[in-house]
Amino acid sequence: MRTRTLRRASLEIVAVAVAVVVFVVPFLFMFLTASKDEFESADLTFALPTEWKVLDNIKGVFDARDGMLFTAFRNSIILTVVSVTILVVLCAMVGYVIQRRPGRAATIANALVLSGLIIPPAVVPTIWVLQQLHVFKTLPGLILVEVAFNMSFCVLLFRAFVAAIPRELDEAAMIDGCTGLSLFFRVIFPLLRPVTITVILTSSVFVFNDFVNPLYFLPGDENATVQLTLYNFMSQFDTQYNLLFMNIVLVTVPPLVLFIFFNRKIVAGMTSGAVKG
Amino acid sequence: MVIHTGAEAPPSGARADAGAGRPGRTPGRRGGGVRGVRAHTYPYWFYVPAGVVYGLVFLVPTVVSFYFAFTRWTLFESEFIGLDNFRQFFSEQALVSGLRNTLVYAVVTSGLKVVLGMLFAVLLTGPIRSRGLLRSVIFFPVLVSTVAVGITFSVLLQPDFGLVATVLSKVGITPPDWLGDPGTALLSVALVDVWKGVGLATLIYIAGILAIPKDFYEAVDVDGGGAWTKFRNVTLPLAAPATFTVILLSLIGGLRSFDLIWTMTKGGPGFSSDVIASTIYKTYQAGFFGLSTAGNVVLFILVALIVYPLSRYFNSREVQS
Repeated sequence: MRTRTLRRASLEIVAVAVAVVVFVVPFLFMFLTASKDEFESADLTFALPTEWKVLDNIKGVFDARDGMLFTAFRNSIILTVVSVTILVVLCAMVGYVIQRRPGRAATIANALVLSGLIIPPAVVPTIWVLQQLHVFKTLPGLILVEVAFNMSFCVLLFRAFVAAIPRELDEAAMIDGCTGLSLFFRVIFPLLRPVTITVILTSSVFVFNDFVNPLYFLPGDENATVQLTLYNFMSQFDTQYNLLFMNIVLVTVPPLVLFIFFNRKIVAGMTSGAVKG
Repeated sequence: MVIHTGAEAPPSGARADAGAGRPGRTPGRRGGGVRGVRAHTYPYWFYVPAGVVYGLVFLVPTVVSFYFAFTRWTLFESEFIGLDNFRQFFSEQALVSGLRNTLVYAVVTSGLKVVLGMLFAVLLTGPIRSRGLLRSVIFFPVLVSTVAVGITFSVLLQPDFGLVATVLSKVGITPPDWLGDPGTALLSVALVDVWKGVGLATLIYIAGILAIPKDFYEAVDVDGGGAWTKFRNVTLPLAAPATFTVILLSLIGGLRSFDLIWTMTKGGPGFSSDVIASTIYKTYQAGFFGLSTAGNVVLFILVALIVYPLSRYFNSREVQS
């Protein structure tokens, strides 16, 4: 019996050690390289810096290229906040009706939701449409794209949650004279709060981290999002590894903060959305 | 009207019961009056705002891509040229290898995510004290920007002085030039993709395994079966829905994968790690908009041919079990 517990304990130690090496060392490497000075960082070794240059490098990366990173963070925050707000309102409305009113319309809507999950977006035709709307290479255009491409996932989350709200609530509210918009926003929407938080968290991470859509629909360097400036930074300044990795660290911090505070919510959102799909 | 057992059903059941749960009212529900009430309470125009955005930015481009793929196109004018784009797509070596690489990448990543996700999930649902921490550690890369992961790993995987090469040569293994060798570039990127994405697969499996009733495992205990029997005869078959989900999700993601490949190799060396999504971007950058759209159509058809029958098959299997 004792050898078994011993074996189990040592197995656990090995598992933890392997997981730490494989999954944590890359993040430590990011942080260490981001804390070194320019010459030391060029070695690309996994070692503590002789002098910690964290603040200098933060200042350096924001100063680089005329403070482009400020613009990029501003754009990314606007993009994320506006897209997610629109997504929450539109998808909650769809998820509610799709679940409550089965019929031909709901069947079609459900099929469209699934198509949105599966079909890869057609890139150049999307550019063509955005051009017709005069929003190509603009932030509003990119917001439209993010809303459209993330819609299916959010509708699925809302639909699943609405199913758990008893219809009797709708009926009670109806008897009190609430219909349509006021019923939805006064009675139902507040009840959706748990799933709304989940949707906000997961889609914020998706939109903030998105690289492909900004690359196509808001290209350039001057007025881009953080993922795009990080990508351009890599190709332009491949000698200043300390600043490149400080940029990486800065881009990784927002999801890390969300993950530390809302671990369970994010996990629930990603797995339930996946399983229902 | 007062006692509703149906309303207390779990979320998944509530949907099925929704229509039948209310005794007494059912006959009248098809009547005009009730339909009017439904229209007031659950108005169809709630679909409209979302539908407009989705239609304009997703549906219209998808539909018109099937026309523009057959044209020479400058975004302002287009000339119908029949199948020429597709002929070019399947005759240029670079584009053909892109098609093959896409399949290899999707199969390798989703295969590894299934195997490793299952393995991690079994370990992390076992009696391990640090499992909460380990779950978080494995999952966190899912939330990190792909560009950040791509840059970090292209530095870690550099030959000679990269961290991976340094460690491996200390143990006496001569590592390949991961990203610089045409033979290993695509697989190296695929491994990084697995590193980043296996956390989601693991969590889906954990949810699936935790949903298996304990009785099944107890039955194996009674029969005197060991851990392997439990895995082989209980966990593996009963976690099948999770397996289906992981396979479908990672195939859908793997077939359209672009950002990691683009940040790590840009499709190189040569065309050895080009996939359809990266050739779509390259042809777009070169101004061949019709050809690029043809690439999109090829990708659409490939995804449809693989994912649609697979999900039909998985659904039928789930209904049976």
